[in-house]
Parts: sequence; structure tokens; C-alpha cells
Amino acid sequence: MKKILSGLFAAALGFATVPANAAGDAVPLPDYEWSFDGVFGTYDKASLQRGFQVYKEVCSGCHSLDLIAFRNLADLGYNVDEIKAIASEYTVEDGPNDEGEMFERNAIASDYFPSPFPNEKAAAASNGGKAPPDLSLMAKARVGGPSFVRALLTGYEDAPEGFETGDLSYNKYFPGHLIAMAPPLSEDSVEYGDGTAATVDQMAADVSHFMMWAAEPKLEARKNTGVKVMIFLIIFTLVMYAAKRKVFAKVH
Amino acid sequence: MSFKTNNKVVQWVEDRLPLISMGHHTLYEYPMPKNLNYLWNFGSLAGFALVTMIVTGIILAMQYTPHVDMAFNSVERIMRDVNNGWLIRYIHMNMASFFFIAVYIHIMRGLYYGSYKAPRELLWQLGVVIFLLMMATAFMGYVLPWGQMSFWGATVITNLFSAIPVVGESIVTWLWGGFSVDNPTLNRFFALHYLLPFIIVAVVVLHIVALHTVTSNNPLGIDMKGPQDSLTFQPYYTIKDLFGLGVFLILFAGFLFWAPNYMGHPDNYIPANPLSTPAHIVPEWYFLPFYAILRAVPDKLGGVLAMFGAIAVLFVLPWLDRSKIRSCKFRPVARVFFWIFLLNGLFLGYLGGKPAEGWYVVASQIATAYYFFHFLILLPVILPMIERPRELPSSIHEAVLKS
Repeated sequence: MKKILSGLFAAALGFATVPANAAGDAVPLPDYEWSFDGVFGTYDKASLQRGFQVYKEVCSGCHSLDLIAFRNLADLGYNVDEIKAIASEYTVEDGPNDEGEMFERNAIASDYFPSPFPNEKAAAASNGGKAPPDLSLMAKARVGGPSFVRALLTGYEDAPEGFETGDLSYNKYFPGHLIAMAPPLSEDSVEYGDGTAATVDQMAADVSHFMMWAAEPKLEARKNTGVKVMIFLIIFTLVMYAAKRKVFAKVH
Repeated sequence: MSFKTNNKVVQWVEDRLPLISMGHHTLYEYPMPKNLNYLWNFGSLAGFALVTMIVTGIILAMQYTPHVDMAFNSVERIMRDVNNGWLIRYIHMNMASFFFIAVYIHIMRGLYYGSYKAPRELLWQLGVVIFLLMMATAFMGYVLPWGQMSFWGATVITNLFSAIPVVGESIVTWLWGGFSVDNPTLNRFFALHYLLPFIIVAVVVLHIVALHTVTSNNPLGIDMKGPQDSLTFQPYYTIKDLFGLGVFLILFAGFLFWAPNYMGHPDNYIPANPLSTPAHIVPEWYFLPFYAILRAVPDKLGGVLAMFGAIAVLFVLPWLDRSKIRSCKFRPVARVFFWIFLLNGLFLGYLGGKPAEGWYVVASQIATAYYFFHFLILLPVILPMIERPRELPSSIHEAVLKS
């Protein structure tokens, strides 16, 4: 009986590993460690705030973050006043007002991050024909997730001899290696408020961390709930097993 | 021990609508073979999965917007702003996979122990109908988030119908409600995705009625001959099913809370873009064996026929397998070929996830050929010639006492 049971689970898991990701000739990603990995993983708020700074000062020049509102920054450890202050640095279009005119105003906490370009065509036109993708879900929309983003940001190198790059850049981890985005980070691209040295590695780690939060803001609630549910289920199952044994003890 | 009551109200209802005695009969005194192993848990697990899908699905439908411009973001709203929306949506996503895991094990159990043989042919065929409806429902559900795989999966699968001679193109246009997969397609898929689960429930009811008419098969594949061979459903199989449910949910919770996107595809977190095709269009894992069969045949119509034929063959299986012995326990040759068939099916699943190039193509063709060989030649022609079944025990009770 136990053999059948364990065999089944092995089969079930075997099934689950079948959807091999058709990433082609992708280079294996480095094995990064993340604070949000593991059973009890949580986000590192200091890293999230640094990552947000990198997004704000570097990425947001080209990349939108459509699904994130300023109010969501509370997850990063900012209080209401700080969020209002951050929002007020941005202007958003509102309206129409009573005269029927659209107008611009400072953003408030409930506004979403404005896009750097008015539309996708404009974004493509300003970036050599390819619109920079939105970053809200980037950490879930690529094989490898946040590790892929981090590897990509640190994966720029000189193209091997004979490899024509044209206007594009060579990246070790990008599928096909030719990427339209020029290396976005360089030493001290930002100046961290907490004194952390802004190396390319550090900024890549922080902004990938931030993008994972943007893609999966409920991760902490999920793992937290999961631990409680799992404890309940294990107790429930043990009790059911004991009851089952007792009920079947009389059967011959 | 048929139903009796001293309660006057219950008796009053009972005289007019025998609901309580029906429940008593099906969930309490219904006789089950006493020798069932844990493989007999997966029917009730599939039922549990179906109910879970319907409950979470109805809640999701209250928040979801079936429009090409809003569907993707409405799903993200559920994930971010709806109270516990992430939980409901991840349950729905992952339970779809676990539903298929339970059903595939349930089907394999039926194959191994000959649960499709007389008098259970209709029971088996109703199961195949449920399986088909599940596949249609799952396919349309996967389209709803309107990500890249949603859109391109829908495009590839609906395009299959264009392989039908003469009227194919017209049928595809009719399915789409236009000249490409677009808003009308999404709208009707949503409507059908909401409808089909209730049709599945109806067929499940028929499946259970048929089951209770012919009673459960068992690992020995011989009939129950009296009370000494059976146990009442309550308390024996209620408690065993609950224990099985606990184990099932522990595995499920493992995926739900720690790897909710493991069985999905990253591309579906990219909004649908009709102008940009993903590098590889791959269906969800539970379709991969059939996807491999589809692509194995170089001709489009041939591929479609092979894919549907792979399921149609299950429909006539009760008449293809001519052995009178149900359980593979007593069929030394069929047992070996069962495992080869299972491995071949898993291999097809592996191939379905790979691009159609190089050795994968040839391997898919061989594995597809073997799939049909098993049902069309091995079972009806070869096995009856070479297999000498072992002797069956005279009763379940006797076999249980001996072991």
C-alpha cells in the first residue's frame, strides 16, 4: 500500500516536471540567493527601497511600471507622508475639468506610476524601433524570474570575435545574445542613501529584488498563510490516518 | 440496514421526496469491495477538485473582465487588490493541474485493473466524456487571462479546425466570431468556460449513477459475491477518502504556496500581442502527450485526426480488449505492456514540451505509433494469442484472508 502511494507521488511529481521550458540554448543562470526564497522567505525592505531608487533613477527613463500605484510603496516600508512626497514628484494627466480641459497635476498616493512614453509607438520610436517592456511583471514573465533579470543586468560583455552586434548589445544571458537595451547600469549610477556601495552587482541585485516584489507583491502573505495551512493539513491528515487505521483494524 | 427514521418531519419529507434515503443509500450503506487500494481514492479526489474549481471560478468571475483590453489587467487586479484574490486565483490555477493529475491516475487505475470491462462500459465511456469536457474547459480557461500563451494557444488550437476539408476555414471563422482570435472569441470562451463545468457536474452525476448500478471494480477484478466481500461506504471509505484528501491537499498546498507558477508558463505574464509570436508555443503540461501526437503526423488533417483518435480509441476500448480477465494482476503479459504504455505516455508528454525538430520528431512518431499499436493491435490481436491468464481466486474474501 505504502509502495503504491509513494510511487504515485513520484509519478505526480514526474508529471509536474514535464513542462520543460522551451528556452532553447539559454546560458544557465548563476545560482543567486534571495531573501524571498525558501519556506519562510520574506522581502528585504532595505533592498526593495534601494531597488526602487534604481528603478526611479535609471530604469524609469524608458520602462513603465503600469501595475504599481504609489500607495503600493507602503510594502517597501515607506509611511504615508513619504509616499505622498514620492508621488508629488510626478505629474499625471487628469480631467476633464469643469471647462472640459485635460490638465496636469501632481500625483497622489492612489495614482499609478506614469509611463515614460505616451504610447507604445512613441516608446518604440525613441528606442530604435523596439518598445522597452513594462517591468511590473518582468520577474514572472521570463524563465528564471528575478535571477534572470539580475543575470541580464550584469551579463553585458564584449561580443565574441566575429559576432556582429550592429546597433545592439551583446549579453551573455539574453536569448540569442543580441539585446536592444544598452548596458543600463554602471558603477555609481545611483547614490544610495544608506551608504551601500552602488556597484553594478549591487544595483542589479536590488532592482531585481524590487521587480520581484512588483510582480508578486503578496509573496509574504502567501508563504505566511502557507505555513499555517500546512500545519493544519498535516495534523488533519495524521488524525484521519489514525482514524482510518482504527476503523479498518476490525476488517479481515 | 435500509433507511428508517422515528422523526416525523423526516418521515413526512421522505414520503414525498425520498432524498434522505437516497443520500443514505449512496453515501452510507453503499457496498464497496473490501480490498480496494489507495488508487481507488482518485475518483473522489477528482470530484473534490471539480467542486473547488467551480467555487473558486465563480468568485473569480465576479472580478474578471472578459474584454481584450481589460482581461489581463483585471486578472492582475485580482492578484493585487482583491482581498485574498491571489489565493483564489492561485487555487484555481493549480487545482486545474491537480484535477488532471487525479484524473490521469484515475484513468490509469481503470486501465490497469480493467475497470472498463463489462458491465462497466458505459461507466468508462462517461468518464471519457468527462475527460473531453475537462480538456475543453481547461483550454478555454487558459485563454481567459489573455497573456501571450493564452492568445497563441487559442490561435493554434482553433486553427486545427481549418484542417477539415472544404468547410474548415468557415468553421474557424465561426469559432472565432471574426477573422482572428479577438474580443468575440474571448467573450464566448468565457461564457463556455463558465458553462462547461456544470455540464461536467451533470455527467459526473451520470458517472456515479452508473457506478452505483454496477458497483466498484477492485484490484482482483472479480465481482463481490456477498456481504463478506464488501464494506459499507460509511465509515470505511469516507474515512479512507478523507485521509487521501489530506495527503492530496498537502501536495497541492506545497505547489500553491511555494511554487504557484511552477506548472504555468512565464510567457503568460506577458499581455497578449497579436503581432509578436512567442518562440515556442507550448500548451499546459496536461495536454502535452496529445500535443506530441498532433505534431507527430506531418499532415495537418492527419495530426488532428490522430489527436482526436487518441481519445476516441479510449471510447471503444471496452471492445478492443478481448480478455475476460479484468485485473492485470492475473494477466502477466498485459501487465508488462501496461507499464510500457504508461512510460510511452510520459515520454509523449516530454516530447510535447520540446520543439518539433531533430530527433524529437522521429521519437514523437514512434511513440504515437506505439500508442495506437497498444490499443488497436496489441490488446485485440496479439495478447489473446500469447497470454495465459493466471487463475482467479474464488472470492474477494478468500483472497484477502490468504494475503
